[in-house]
Amino acid sequence: MVEDNKKIMKTNTLILHTAALFLLPLQLIFSVFLLLRGHDEPGGGFIAGLVASAAFVLYLFAHGVPATRNILRVAPHDLLAIGLLLGLAAMFPGLLYGEPFLTAQWWEFTLADSVIKLSTVLIFDIGVYFAVLGSILTIVMSLTEAEE
Amino acid sequence: MSPEVVLPILIPLLAGALTLAFWRSQRYQRWITLLAAFALLAAGLWLLDSTRQHGYVVMQMGNWPAPFGISIVADLLSAIMIVLTGIIGLAIAIYSMVVTPDQHERFGYYPLMHLLLAGVSGSFLSGDIFNLFVWFEVMLLASFALLTLGGERAQMEGAIKYVTLNLFSSAIFLSAIGLLYGMVGTLNMADIGYKLSQVEHTGMINVVALMFMISFGIKAAAFPLFFWLPASYHTPLIAVSALFAGLLTKVGVYAMYRVFTLMFTGDVSYTHDILLWAATLTMLTGVLGAAAQFEFRRILSFHIISQIGYMLLGLALYTPLAIIGGVFYIMHHIIVKTNLFLVSGVVYRLLGSYELKKLGGVYKHRPGLALLFLVPALSLAGLPPLSGFFAKFIIIRAGIETEAWVVTAVALLVGLLTLYSMIKIWAEVFWKAVPEGTDTTALTGKRKDSQMWIMLLPLVGLTLCTLYIGLNGQPIFELASDAADQLMNPAGYIEAVLGVLP
Repeated sequence: MVEDNKKIMKTNTLILHTAALFLLPLQLIFSVFLLLRGHDEPGGGFIAGLVASAAFVLYLFAHGVPATRNILRVAPHDLLAIGLLLGLAAMFPGLLYGEPFLTAQWWEFTLADSVIKLSTVLIFDIGVYFAVLGSILTIVMSLTEAEE
Repeated sequence: MSPEVVLPILIPLLAGALTLAFWRSQRYQRWITLLAAFALLAAGLWLLDSTRQHGYVVMQMGNWPAPFGISIVADLLSAIMIVLTGIIGLAIAIYSMVVTPDQHERFGYYPLMHLLLAGVSGSFLSGDIFNLFVWFEVMLLASFALLTLGGERAQMEGAIKYVTLNLFSSAIFLSAIGLLYGMVGTLNMADIGYKLSQVEHTGMINVVALMFMISFGIKAAAFPLFFWLPASYHTPLIAVSALFAGLLTKVGVYAMYRVFTLMFTGDVSYTHDILLWAATLTMLTGVLGAAAQFEFRRILSFHIISQIGYMLLGLALYTPLAIIGGVFYIMHHIIVKTNLFLVSGVVYRLLGSYELKKLGGVYKHRPGLALLFLVPALSLAGLPPLSGFFAKFIIIRAGIETEAWVVTAVALLVGLLTLYSMIKIWAEVFWKAVPEGTDTTALTGKRKDSQMWIMLLPLVGLTLCTLYIGLNGQPIFELASDAADQLMNPAGYIEAVLGVLP
């Protein structure tokens, strides 16, 4: 691990190396913000997934594939599978109410004086988020490893 | 509510996601694949039953009313295609258990296969022209990956031609959709059909119609842009070849049937005449190409092309009988062609080659396998009482009735040449003695192959299907006839999707 870091440190600047550490959490928080904002305003699962994968890709460029796998903890194609399954799960609730597939279901409730709206659309968006994150990381990691 | 109309799309999608989730366990992936294949076939039969009762089964996705949302529509033709997809999917799933190398399984063979099936089912069920394009792309994407899985040199060479031409076709398809949308302002196929039937036909509509024809023609491997098919279909794993051979080109044919019976019927003497000549030349070039080949899978690949010609001929003649013939032909062809590819895979396992010169002696040692080849092969050539005879008979009769003599003569000639090709394979692979220096331990049974019966299972099943279609032609003919009725009267489709018309 230390060996790996040394090798990568040689090929990268210190600025990038340090900046990646700080930018990663910021970008991830921003991606979640985009994801939740998405239904009525610009944003949504796809763009949020891209921002999140950009965060990890930046970390990957600075620290290499093994370190990125370490902080990611799950394999990228597992993320892809989770995303697809969530997306599919969002299709079914409509059927329980006798409506066509993909019909959006909404649940509203108040929490501390503000109305919170949850929906199957959000589940679908989260699914898209993970699917985009998973597929982009799979592609980038395979390409980087193939190069090495 | 009718969930059966979306199940054929959802089942493979779900199976794809699940096999991806069980990435690490090949055992689970196989079980999911088998289960999903059975479920897809069951859903297809349910859908067929339901369309026979109600005529059309429609679902507006997300409860957005047509023509604003995406409609999923099944008429009899769609339902028949879905059942065939289920049959082929099941056959390939069983066959894949044995022939797929570990390495392919680890690189996502099963998820890709399910994605491909989802794309195929989606194309058959979509009632929205842009959604059709999306399903085409899903299918193509999965097929690109399956085609190159393994990464051998020959595969890459085939894949480049395959990918380039199919992307070209997608580009034309997309531009045609754009132009059409500019003219009629809707993407719902039923709505497009209705609007085009209300206006005077102009040259512009014919231009768009031809763009669709070229695009689907490439995907269906019709003349003149068919050469990607024989260049690539013999390169991947045999189960993948068989899956492609059975389903992919037929999606192009299906799209052609859908578009040229529902949407572009205003100037039949122009559009369908061009189609007629394309069909004739497709038949002829395909069969002549096959005559020159000496590799098992390449011969079969060229025969796909010539058979596509017959299916297009049914559409091009555009009489009720011809459409019945076309639908019947599609049913017969999908089963027979997949079966023949699977036979070539078994022969490869026994003798280790696809080159006719290096094969031989199969009849002497494996008469059962020879029979399993003979039934689909003779059926393909159109010998009575097998399924291909009735398929060809209906189309040729329709040709005589419309007095299209040249085309009919070509169709008969092509049948004869198909027989020649099949006899060539029979003589080389099954009849002649085993060439010197070939390893025959597997063929003679000295080396036991405990998994061979699993490979033979789908062969037997598909052969029984062929025999069933041939010997029990009447109900199948009636089914095809009902499907053709619906195609010739697009008003029913339009009303089912859009509700009662103003």
